[in-house]
Amino acid sequence: MNKKFMFFSLILFFVLIVSMTFAVMVGSVSVTPLYVWKVILSKIPFIQNLIEQDWSRSQEIIIWQIRAPRVLLAAIVGAGLAIAGAAIQALVRNSIADPYILGISSGAAVGATSVIILGAFSFLGIYALSVSAFLGSLLAIMLVFFLSRVGGRVSIFRLLLAGMAVSFILTAVSNFILMMSKQEGALKAVMFWMLGSLAGAKWNNIMIPAVIFFVVFVLLWLNYRNLNLLLMGEEAAVTLGVNLQQFRVQLILLVSLLTGVLVAVSGSIGFVGLIIPHIVRLIMGSNYKYVIPISALIGGIFLVWADAFARIIIAPQEMPIGIITAFCGGPFFIWLLRRNNYSFGEGD
Amino acid sequence: MSLEAKQVSFSIYDQRILHEVSIHIKEKQFVGLIGPNGSGKSTLLKNMYRLLKPESGTVLLNEKDILKQSSKLIAKNLAVVSQETPVLFDFTVHDLVSMGRTPHKKLLELDQEQDFEIVKDALQQTGISHLAKRSFSSLSGGEKKRVMVARALAQQAQVLILDEPTNHLDIQHQLQLMDLIQTLHLTVVAALHDLNIAAMYCDQLYVLQHGRIVCHGTPEEVLTPALLKEVFGVFADIHTHALTGKPYLTYIPDQFAKKVSQV
Repeated sequence: MNKKFMFFSLILFFVLIVSMTFAVMVGSVSVTPLYVWKVILSKIPFIQNLIEQDWSRSQEIIIWQIRAPRVLLAAIVGAGLAIAGAAIQALVRNSIADPYILGISSGAAVGATSVIILGAFSFLGIYALSVSAFLGSLLAIMLVFFLSRVGGRVSIFRLLLAGMAVSFILTAVSNFILMMSKQEGALKAVMFWMLGSLAGAKWNNIMIPAVIFFVVFVLLWLNYRNLNLLLMGEEAAVTLGVNLQQFRVQLILLVSLLTGVLVAVSGSIGFVGLIIPHIVRLIMGSNYKYVIPISALIGGIFLVWADAFARIIIAPQEMPIGIITAFCGGPFFIWLLRRNNYSFGEGD
Repeated sequence: MSLEAKQVSFSIYDQRILHEVSIHIKEKQFVGLIGPNGSGKSTLLKNMYRLLKPESGTVLLNEKDILKQSSKLIAKNLAVVSQETPVLFDFTVHDLVSMGRTPHKKLLELDQEQDFEIVKDALQQTGISHLAKRSFSSLSGGEKKRVMVARALAQQAQVLILDEPTNHLDIQHQLQLMDLIQTLHLTVVAALHDLNIAAMYCDQLYVLQHGRIVCHGTPEEVLTPALLKEVFGVFADIHTHALTGKPYLTYIPDQFAKKVSQV
């Protein structure tokens, strides 16, 4: 299994790099892969002296200022949502769960709607949308978390039900704000945000998601043994030395933090967190030692391509990326559903 | 290392399941817990491995309260083979047995050569080496049981709690498993349904009825026709087996029991 894992991760890493290069190349102005790498390498200290600057200023802006941060963000968001989904599925021992099941996206939507329509947090300038979306998701997850506690313990059933209830209420709040709005185009702006977009990516706003993703990824991977035991059930976890209550709380915090930060910069992109872990389990089995890293790689690759399509499919306009992920993800999920030898977990 | 339950009581909703139950398993003793369905055997064991928290009373592992020790420390010393084997996701047998190494592993630590050896031994001892690469969900009930035993062995704990370990096993594997556990010289407490197996392997037996210990002692002391009628509601002939020297039970169906009483 270790050899298979090494083989797959190397291949996938290579595919990810090629996909990202390709995604930087395509768009209204196309550039060659040679220039893509020349420009990128020219930004790295020491190496930059070895590279001859033979590209135009506009090429540099397109590659370095516009496309590179966006493609990088696509990879981070895809990888992040995929590992968040894998972790949530272990937490609730059910593979129909995705990172938004705890109400995070509906909370973020309230934050985003109040910025777009009500002009809240205007003093924060260009950060207003991300900050308020993050605050919204934080508020939602705190509410869900406290509702799910009974006698000091987190009940997984209540967690799921509270997530649904809070989602309903918060969705109603953002819909209410939308309906009361008289602004032209507000509906479209909000809709665009809700369906997800990576158009806002800049070097200065992808740093936080990048760091948080890295930290959460490392922590989840290090905890692969505990995640496996969580998947096995309460009895196995308790008898093999997992402090179940403590670990569940830690997991909820990690996943919420990561998902909240990602939603804040990209809107709520659906299907990635749900489907990528399934694909990974299909190839690698359920061992989280392999599920976490491979999910991150496949999630990253998937979203880089989805974003590339979102940019070119109806150019010069942009398609919300959520439409693309749903179009690819839905049929795949149906195919998975019809396979007899694939187990979805509890209740299957 | 010893294991002890002191005056443990437990209720589910308002239903009292255990009434101040005390049992004591001394170092390297093999103790059997017997009793009819619903007498509270599993509930008692679950209280002893911390899945349930006693309403009152304490459980002591190595003479220390288990609720005051870290989960990890307990798991290093106490392994459990429970009745349930609810694996819904796809793990290989080898992956599953390796999970027994979890309590011995630090956060950053990878599996070492030593861990692979321990897992290999556990697979061998339970006779499932040939299944190592199979998917757990594709196994039969008996094979699954042996995997769970192998996982507990890989844990290398001093104390073993077994909840009906011979359930689902054919007779050969029942004896093999009990022989194996006996040769490990651990502190063992096992809930058992088969009284002949209990008599053959246990040093001490505790009898549970309606959540109370009604009797305890050596198999010879505990297994009497009167107790079997009283607790299990069956007639039985009890002999000492010529070869094993252990009590041997023959159950007598009611129709014959009537004839016996007439004569």
